[in-house]
Amino acid sequence: MEKFIGKSVKRREDARFLKGAGKYTDDIKLPKMTQAAFVRSPYAHAKILSVDTSEAENAEGVVAVFTAQDGCGEYGVPCGWQVDFKNGETMREPQHPLLAKDKIRHLGEAVAIVIAESLELARDAAELVEVDYEELPAVTDPKKAMEDGAPLVHEQWADNAAFDWCIGNDRAEVETALASAYHVTELEYRNQRLAPNAMEPRSYIADYDVNADKWTLYTSTQNPHLIRLLLCAFALGIPEHKVRVVSYDVGGGFGSKIYHYTEEALLTWASKEIGRPIKWTSDRSEAFLTDAHGRDHVVHSRMGFDKEGKIVAHLTDEYCGLGAYLSTFAPAVPTYLHGTLFQGVYTTPLIHLNVTAPFTHTVAVDAYRGAGRPEATYLLERIISKGAQEMNMDPTEIRLKNFIPPFDGVEQPGYQTQVALQYDSGNYHAVLKRGLEMLGYEDFRKEQKEAREKGRLLGVGFSTYIEGCGIAPSAVVGALGARAGLYEVGQVRVQPTGKVSVYTGAHSHGQGHETVFAQFVADKLGIPMDDVEIEHGDTEQVAFGMGTYGSRSLAVGGSAIVKSIEKILEKGAKIAAHKLEAAEGDLEYAEGKWTVKGTDKSVSFGDVSLTAYVPHDYPEGLEPGLDFSSFYDPSNFTYPFGTHIAVVEVDPDTGKVDLKRFVACDDVGNVMNPMIVDGQIQGGVAQGVGQALLEEVVYDEGGQMITGSYMDYAMPRADDLPMIESDRTVTPCPHNPLGVKGAGEAGAIGSTPAVVNAVVDALAHLGVSDLQMPLTPQRVWKAMQN
Amino acid sequence: MKITVKVNGVAHTHEVEPRISLTHYLREILDLTGTHIGCDTSGCGACTITMDGKAVKSCTILAVQADGSEITTIEGMANGNEMHPIQAAFKEHHGLQCGFCTPGMVMTAVDILKNNSNPTEEEVRHGLEGNFCRCTGYHNIVKSIRHAAEQINS
Amino acid sequence: MIPSKFNYIKATSVNEAVSLLDEHGFDAKILSGGHSLIPAMKLRLNRPEVVIDIGGIPGMDVITEEGDAVVIGANCTHQQILNSEIIYKNVNILKQTAATIGDVQVRNKGTIGGSLAHADPSADYPATVLACDATIIVEGKNGSRTIAATDFFLGIFTTALEDDEIITAVRFPKIAHGNYHKFYQSASRFAVVGVAVVFDGSGVKVGVTGVADTPYRATKVEEAYNGDSSAAEHAVDGVAVMSDHFADEAYRSHLAKVFVKRGLEA
Repeated sequence: MEKFIGKSVKRREDARFLKGAGKYTDDIKLPKMTQAAFVRSPYAHAKILSVDTSEAENAEGVVAVFTAQDGCGEYGVPCGWQVDFKNGETMREPQHPLLAKDKIRHLGEAVAIVIAESLELARDAAELVEVDYEELPAVTDPKKAMEDGAPLVHEQWADNAAFDWCIGNDRAEVETALASAYHVTELEYRNQRLAPNAMEPRSYIADYDVNADKWTLYTSTQNPHLIRLLLCAFALGIPEHKVRVVSYDVGGGFGSKIYHYTEEALLTWASKEIGRPIKWTSDRSEAFLTDAHGRDHVVHSRMGFDKEGKIVAHLTDEYCGLGAYLSTFAPAVPTYLHGTLFQGVYTTPLIHLNVTAPFTHTVAVDAYRGAGRPEATYLLERIISKGAQEMNMDPTEIRLKNFIPPFDGVEQPGYQTQVALQYDSGNYHAVLKRGLEMLGYEDFRKEQKEAREKGRLLGVGFSTYIEGCGIAPSAVVGALGARAGLYEVGQVRVQPTGKVSVYTGAHSHGQGHETVFAQFVADKLGIPMDDVEIEHGDTEQVAFGMGTYGSRSLAVGGSAIVKSIEKILEKGAKIAAHKLEAAEGDLEYAEGKWTVKGTDKSVSFGDVSLTAYVPHDYPEGLEPGLDFSSFYDPSNFTYPFGTHIAVVEVDPDTGKVDLKRFVACDDVGNVMNPMIVDGQIQGGVAQGVGQALLEEVVYDEGGQMITGSYMDYAMPRADDLPMIESDRTVTPCPHNPLGVKGAGEAGAIGSTPAVVNAVVDALAHLGVSDLQMPLTPQRVWKAMQN
Repeated sequence: MKITVKVNGVAHTHEVEPRISLTHYLREILDLTGTHIGCDTSGCGACTITMDGKAVKSCTILAVQADGSEITTIEGMANGNEMHPIQAAFKEHHGLQCGFCTPGMVMTAVDILKNNSNPTEEEVRHGLEGNFCRCTGYHNIVKSIRHAAEQINS
Repeated sequence: MIPSKFNYIKATSVNEAVSLLDEHGFDAKILSGGHSLIPAMKLRLNRPEVVIDIGGIPGMDVITEEGDAVVIGANCTHQQILNSEIIYKNVNILKQTAATIGDVQVRNKGTIGGSLAHADPSADYPATVLACDATIIVEGKNGSRTIAATDFFLGIFTTALEDDEIITAVRFPKIAHGNYHKFYQSASRFAVVGVAVVFDGSGVKVGVTGVADTPYRATKVEEAYNGDSSAAEHAVDGVAVMSDHFADEAYRSHLAKVFVKRGLEA
């Protein structure tokens, strides 16, 4: 039987996508479907004095117009994570209304929804809604939001903080160590706001069936079951068993489609009001204004070294903007998904991170590819490189001096960090060594020296990252404030003919689950891949699920499927033993059949499957059927790691950065499909490079967005990037059955500081030691002038 | 206004409002939903089709402007079950992940290869400057198009 | 995104287009390639009541050699210019310019006439039209006239076109030596700075776009030029330099000098 694990099996999902036959939400049309358009605030902060919908209501083709006065969703959309203040005060959690009632708190906040027979007519009528605003001063910068006298986002509290938080060793102890350190490196910067920019804009269709008294919500989400739970139990207070949430093909997520958005709840509510289906698809301008953004940390950090370059202490203060309302996972991102990575791959003995997380008059900030971990990695990898530069050390030498020694998590125990986590397994030396070989480090330094003599500015930058993913052990995250468990569900249903349907609570929006999951299911059952189908994305098909984010699908969702396969084989063995008239203990399962050890007596998986459903001659007391569902709750996070190396050339005349090479050696544990892992890394690297060189959401002082379209928000294009040179080492995860760690975010986490370090390296001899992202030509040129 | 457009070899005649874009016409009236809307203002290239043999962004063409033209969309690329060499190369080299930008990438590749049967990596990258992909980092798209060229030339 | 309602009229001749324009005045917009107009209409920043499509007017998309000049129909697309043998041989600087505009899909649809009439201060053609001393041929209700490039651009999105006039063609003198260099805005790929340099005997003509709200001839550079690139220092002399998120006044001024220098040295 052909084996599939570890092979670059071509993707099953490609045929439909390549023929234009994918089924994205906006492709769906329902009978009697209406179209919605929103009236959105042109101000970041304003009082709503009046809303007049009369003209819109009477416009051609209008079915209904709703405002906050119509009683939609009195609860608002909920936040799924609670982080309380250091002093014990409960997290400040404002209501996040489906439509703004008295007050606007961010640009683009919806005031009214207009529902009409066509999109054209909905848009026309939306322009007829008259809203009187009184504009108020706004604050968009997280640090300024905490200054005395800053405009308040929510007036019920004395200042803009939603919470504050710290992690690590005692602050005073860290301060003392810094004070006596041989050298202290300091770094101050803003990890800038990014717009996720999944190419498919968010799209929803809500369909209330009056006869069945049931709703169906088609939504472009990464986690249909979670949306159903939040929608039913929190936003609308409607019965969960009356709601079906369907998420077929989704055109990229990168975090931005995890969250329960107001539009989903509002459409669901309104569909019952009008008794017809309603579709809304965001346009790109709305996406910039209303999709949750990423990053937005204002950072001040100090790292102390001894005279050999060993890190002795690391102390950081951050202001992390949350936006106007708390999005689904927002409080977790600058805290538990961030501070817990401050150990990096180094033996730093003393670490302290202090976070102040304010509301600002901006759209919400939440997880974006990497979520808190790119921000942690950026800081660590920049500050250690800056430390090396200041101490005249090679950036690889300082890393080697500080690396945690290799450990496999089996023979050697996991590594206990100063910031709560225990790493599973790692070999950080090996990925750096391999990366340096791929780069040809010594040759590069020679080339750089020669180039410099000719006035050319070449640089190399390193990032030796770690990330925590495969989220997450429910008990751990529960203790840390999560309001949900983070297990996954996998059901394996063997059909009477031996064909296998697998239902997973993970959701694929580009990751290729339909292929990868089928690979290991086929191998574990010893059957052809063609006999396995993977189903996801429909709450009425799949029992339950927590969805896809945090590089968790294979590590957590895959493990749940493995558990069900084990149950299938266990029960199958009982049936096989009965058929073979042998003891279960005498059977072995391989190549799709049970064989009595040492004989040629065997029974196939197909025969056993049929018997399970036609149980005429059957083990006594055993239930018919061959269908198991399992919940897998991981015992730990997983910790992929790697070395990313960027080579850049800076144009001395213009400051423009040309990324000439990008070398990535990653370790994501065992690999099911190398082609797909490489693809994930390449895509992640492009996003990380985008942050380093191009992308930034900029709000002006008044809260207007000056980068609200592709004319001003610079997306990485094909000619901004080189081919990505990638390789990997394999250090299996010791605590999940597939030994996998996850690959979805690694590229975006590791790459950003490598690029910035490379540009600083190119300009180091000109006295440049730091640069603010994105490294626009203007910023680089100005740094060169000083 | 009445228009007649030949799409994927089939002539269609419809009465359309002048303000309807060609993308909208293809998706909503002809039900050819393979052509996607990513930005709707000619930035991202997801809506790329070929019109009289040339790659264009259908979001920035009014349906009425297309009157009398011949259009190929992603749905018209395969010959029955047999994929066009560009489509086949995208599958072979993992040139797509979420699939949303893919139709636009494939239709742009048609134009790139029509004008240059054996493009270098740099030429392919330059040819894709009007198409955004957020998933692949373009690495495998570039590879796919170059391999498609080899297949077509062989 | 959907524009407001409008009436669409497909003009079949220049005369018809002009009389429609005269009839509808400010309520009308001319549609050529549509790549500036249609996005603005979709965002409802522009709401014409009448759209006059000149895209199908016969004869307006032809490139012809006329003695010591090349005449380019206003409806010629950027790609047509890029692929034209006549332009390659006689006005290669224009081919270089067209190659930097937008992307292949945009070049397949956008037109030279549309771009010039739109007069985006960061568009590429204006620099080259200026440096080449091209003439814009326009037609209005009072007939045809020509406008020198140096008289054509009046400000942001503002030209010397009368309300009833459309561009029918652009006449370029044959240019033996010239080049166009551009510094791209990283998001839009418009010109932060675009510089066209035409070598003319011992002299030089320099057109600059992207730097000021109106594209200009860098006359101070031209006056100071004596065979080397030191004259580039004068690239923004007397110019009110624009400032935005991507390039403030100091940086943009610097880039203008760098790109004029590159043009002079090329």
